[in-house]
Amino acid sequence: MPVLAIYPADPAPELAQLLDLSGFIWKGVSQPVDVDNLEPDEGWGGAIVQLGADGELGWGMLRALRKRDLPISPLLLIIRGSELQELELRDDLFDDFCLDPFHPRELEARIKHMLALRTQSVTGERIEYGPLLLDLETYEASVDSRPLDLTFMEYELLRFLATSPGRVFTREVLLSRVWGYEYYGGARTVDVHIRRLRAKLGEEYASLIQTVRSVGYRLGEGRRR
Amino acid sequence: MERPQDYVQRRVEERGVRLIRLWFTDVQGQLKSFAISPVELETAFENGMIFDGSSIDGFSRVREEDMVARPDPATFELMRWGGNDENAARMFCDIERADGTPFPGDSRQVLRRSMEKAHAEGFTFFTAPELEYFLFEADRSGDPVPLDNGSYFDLTTADVASSIRRETLTTLEAMGIPVEYSFHEDAPSQHEIDLRYTDALTMADNVMTFRLIVREIALEHGVHATFMPKPLTGVQGSGMHTHLSLFRDGVNAFHDPESPDGLSEIARGFIAGLLHHAREITAVTNQLVNSYKRLVTGYEAPVNVSWARANRAALIRVPTSREGGVDDTTRIEYRAPDPACNPYLAFAVMLAAGMKGIEQGYDLPLEAPPSMTGFTEHGGLIDQAQLPQSLDEALDEMEKSDLVADTLGDHLFSWFLRNKRREWNEYKSQVTPFELDRYYSNL
Repeated sequence: MPVLAIYPADPAPELAQLLDLSGFIWKGVSQPVDVDNLEPDEGWGGAIVQLGADGELGWGMLRALRKRDLPISPLLLIIRGSELQELELRDDLFDDFCLDPFHPRELEARIKHMLALRTQSVTGERIEYGPLLLDLETYEASVDSRPLDLTFMEYELLRFLATSPGRVFTREVLLSRVWGYEYYGGARTVDVHIRRLRAKLGEEYASLIQTVRSVGYRLGEGRRR
Repeated sequence: MERPQDYVQRRVEERGVRLIRLWFTDVQGQLKSFAISPVELETAFENGMIFDGSSIDGFSRVREEDMVARPDPATFELMRWGGNDENAARMFCDIERADGTPFPGDSRQVLRRSMEKAHAEGFTFFTAPELEYFLFEADRSGDPVPLDNGSYFDLTTADVASSIRRETLTTLEAMGIPVEYSFHEDAPSQHEIDLRYTDALTMADNVMTFRLIVREIALEHGVHATFMPKPLTGVQGSGMHTHLSLFRDGVNAFHDPESPDGLSEIARGFIAGLLHHAREITAVTNQLVNSYKRLVTGYEAPVNVSWARANRAALIRVPTSREGGVDDTTRIEYRAPDPACNPYLAFAVMLAAGMKGIEQGYDLPLEAPPSMTGFTEHGGLIDQAQLPQSLDEALDEMEKSDLVADTLGDHLFSWFLRNKRREWNEYKSQVTPFELDRYYSNL
């Protein structure tokens, strides 16, 4: 379970109650230096900032969370309706926001949704999905830190699936998007490469690529169960 | 640089690859290799690598001729087995002449050409071979000595042969060659590994890799692996039964749910074509003097030109597709080839024969009855035709065949015949142990 950084360090009772009831693990941060000093070993799993009365301190905290070598993400901002104009030109400082006063169910849903997206985030030149990591710049692919030695087409197929985890692609779509129509292997080529990818992922991780019967393939679980 | 090339370049850097082996295949189906260093990689992609073709079987005539090996970046794989140079990788090459035209002696391009021809009619050709081989004690001075006396499906525990097979399977999977089944075969020390289907060109590459992996891993264990078709008198030989299927628009073209037996007209035509031309293509699918010691009655090898569903002795078997024929596993199994063939050429002639049957609308002969045990002398249903009984007979049949000449191209066709005639003539003049045993003391 990721540890969330919460600002203010002494959050409003309804926020603290919601976090505890929903089972989130969190630590309060009261000033920018806390972001580094209190950081758990595995890093922050995300942050929630409630802007509150003194906006400037809040925005300062957001900057401290974001402007680091490893920016903290995802980041949820709780902001009053009267301050919405402050969001302008600050898109890079938060991933989502919720209006203050918040509805506990809404806030909980937003936090969960945000953390779920996190596990399949595409951050710049890297794609991460669970144990799978693809570095788009160096073509490095690894699962659970073990490098995968893939052929070019195996890599391209995995990369394509990994850009939209949970989404099902038909063989035809994969063939046209990954190979281009002119490849003479036909749609069966996709099955063959999926089988090869699974072999290289190894038994433990072969199920990262799921077959959706009569439809096609997807990376990981479906978005709707 | 194009993306696939760039991919290879980056992988070489990231994985610290020091040696890149460029692979190609001579006309006889022997794997040839030369190595380049990473600094030469860019040149290899842009201009190809020049080598002297005169040293390669079937590559040029008497005079020296420079050839160009052009690596196929899609085939880049790290070589992942023990005894290999650390950090080595391989790529298969297409061979060109110095002027950039495809070299007609390159069997990989023969298969590529055949597949493109089929593709022009909308078909993709898939193959899945079952490769059999023997493991013998490494002492190669004397007779082959089997490692064990296990038989079909025996679970022999902790013996050296099964640990070799396990290591072979792991290596194959790591090299991107998925395995469907593997088991101990009928004969002592004989093993079978069935590869999962893929397009025929990739599969021919896979067969080349497979033979190397099997032999090298055996060698690491101090054991000799052989793909010789018939290494022991009196027990069955090693075949390469090959499952064939055609797909059109991603759909199995051999399957027709409307037809009572699940076989489409295309499947029937393909089977008819293979039967019709079986005798002509046998020299390619069974290219050694020794191959014909396997194709005899009594050892589960095909002898008659026939097809059947329930008769395992037939040349072409139509396996029962799973789930009562409703899914698309419909395929046919051509049982003549042996694992000493050149897989590029063997797949190319099988495809050409089958396609001819579809184009010409050959009639499919009657199916061989299941009651026929197959271990009888007769029972083939096309005029009791038999597969050629010797390399000599097979070459006679091939020489008359327009189909094989068109498929292989003139250069390769005539070189193959010349080379194999010589092999036959050398064999013909040998006095064999059989003769000494039979005649020497009595006459």
